[in-house]
Amino acid sequence: MSLSPDQVRHIARLARLGIDESEIESYADNLSRIVDFVDQLGKAETADVEPMAHPLEMAQRLREDEVTESDHRDEYQENAPQTEAGLYIVPRVIE
Amino acid sequence: MFEKTLSELADALAGGEVSSEELTRAFIERIDALDGNYNAFITTTPEEALEQAREADRRRASGDAGPLTGVPIAHKDIFCTRGVRTSCGSKMLDNFVSPYDATVVARLREAGAVCLGKTNMDEFAMGSSNETSWYGPVRNPWDTERVPGGSSGGSAAAVAARMVPAATGTDTGGSIRQPAALTGITGFKPTYGRVSRYGMIAFASSLDQAGSLTASAEDAALLLNAIAGFDPRDSTSVEREVPDYRGELDQDLKGLKVGVPSEFFDEGLDGETARVVEAALDQYRELGAEVREVHLPHLGLSVPTYYVVAPAECSSNLARFDGVRFGYRCEDPRDLLDLYERSRGEGFGPEVQRRIMTGTYVLSAGYYDAYYLKAQKTRKLIRDDFLAAFEEVDVLMGPTTPTPAFGIGEKTDDPITMYLNDVYVNAVNLAGLPAASIPAGFVNGLPVGLHLIGNFFEEGRLLNVAHRYQQVTDWHRRMPENIE
Repeated sequence: MSLSPDQVRHIARLARLGIDESEIESYADNLSRIVDFVDQLGKAETADVEPMAHPLEMAQRLREDEVTESDHRDEYQENAPQTEAGLYIVPRVIE
Repeated sequence: MFEKTLSELADALAGGEVSSEELTRAFIERIDALDGNYNAFITTTPEEALEQAREADRRRASGDAGPLTGVPIAHKDIFCTRGVRTSCGSKMLDNFVSPYDATVVARLREAGAVCLGKTNMDEFAMGSSNETSWYGPVRNPWDTERVPGGSSGGSAAAVAARMVPAATGTDTGGSIRQPAALTGITGFKPTYGRVSRYGMIAFASSLDQAGSLTASAEDAALLLNAIAGFDPRDSTSVEREVPDYRGELDQDLKGLKVGVPSEFFDEGLDGETARVVEAALDQYRELGAEVREVHLPHLGLSVPTYYVVAPAECSSNLARFDGVRFGYRCEDPRDLLDLYERSRGEGFGPEVQRRIMTGTYVLSAGYYDAYYLKAQKTRKLIRDDFLAAFEEVDVLMGPTTPTPAFGIGEKTDDPITMYLNDVYVNAVNLAGLPAASIPAGFVNGLPVGLHLIGNFFEEGRLLNVAHRYQQVTDWHRRMPENIE
């Protein structure tokens, strides 16, 4: 199945990836090849097969509800592009 | 000293033949002299390394040294290292200085290992040639016009050129074993859950596992002793006792049942590579193993299954890179959407974007059942094939890759051609099994890897099987020319 340029634009929007208009064609070609390739899974007989999400049969571990981590906000914010008064700054969202 | 294995260097340190500071200085000088040819390191940390080496020497003087105290290593740049840039091979994290250590890093630090730097890798570990790194391709020390494999290509090249005796790596779909094969070294990937993923930048969380790139299986055992074990900070880390992997190395292989999956010897396998693998199997027969054919009937589904599961998980994991809290942010965003789209569009390279989009597509409304759910089912079929094979045999063997190292630029035009290079290794991650690649010979002067796959949590057995072979062969001792 081949993906159209419009489908690629839609997927890129869903994934929040700003793709240059000049690259859409080449992504459409590459992604179509990948989708064609994985399409062969359709031929596998899987009617009675349980889906496997994870290699190990394990249950989600729970821990006691107590504080285990201390506050590292200042340290973590040293990696942020823009902060102010301990807050992360983004462009205005609400006018 | 550089030709010695990690275990031999550990012995030299313990015997007082050399100090950690001397050893560390010697390897720093080697990196300075050689890495211009290979581009194996993204960041080197000579000052920190010498400080750690002096501390290791003090520890040894006070009688507090363990087997790894003072030995130099390097970390793949996917492991968070406190106070040191952790780029994951991406422009997205070029400016990211980790505020904490990954558990693997912390455990090796506690053991006293000295970190020389961070190694190059495919961007976010997505690649099989190290050509997707934002920091440029790594060159194979056996032939600098060829790739070292990927994604742990920098770790592999650094060890192959003996710029460091051992390095960490990660294996999501062969990213330790394939580069180890292409550079003539020992790559080891433990069972999923054996080593903590905490602080290891996530690519595909149900497949990712940390391991090692070393000169020998004995070295891999030494490192695994330090990094394996339960970690409450990784919800998929397994609570299970860690044996002494070095203690199991010497067991006799008499009566070992080796299964050779006939599906590994398909039309894509290079004939010369097949002959090297056959010779290795003969060597195992001489060691007392019984070699028999087995079948993994669904192996052909493993690469397409992998290229649904891994991109799906990747598209979810990489959603965290949003240009807000850390990492790359575009210039002058108009609004929040523009900030997200341009930061991610400019910060990620083409292969990462392809995988994010593939994952987004297979998870999107209307396609989930046809792709993602279907792949979860074929994944089960692949895993069950392995379980059935391990009812009959102790270990599986075959080629790690279909051919020796290919040329830089040779497979970059078509993603599928690149993906198919991992046709023997992807299935192991889908199943979650431990596996290794060990040097088994050469084709036209290029190394060939023998792929060993073990049953769940049988790392000790696997290392034993690799070690016994290395005691009667010297492929793992061979080094490229021009690294003196």
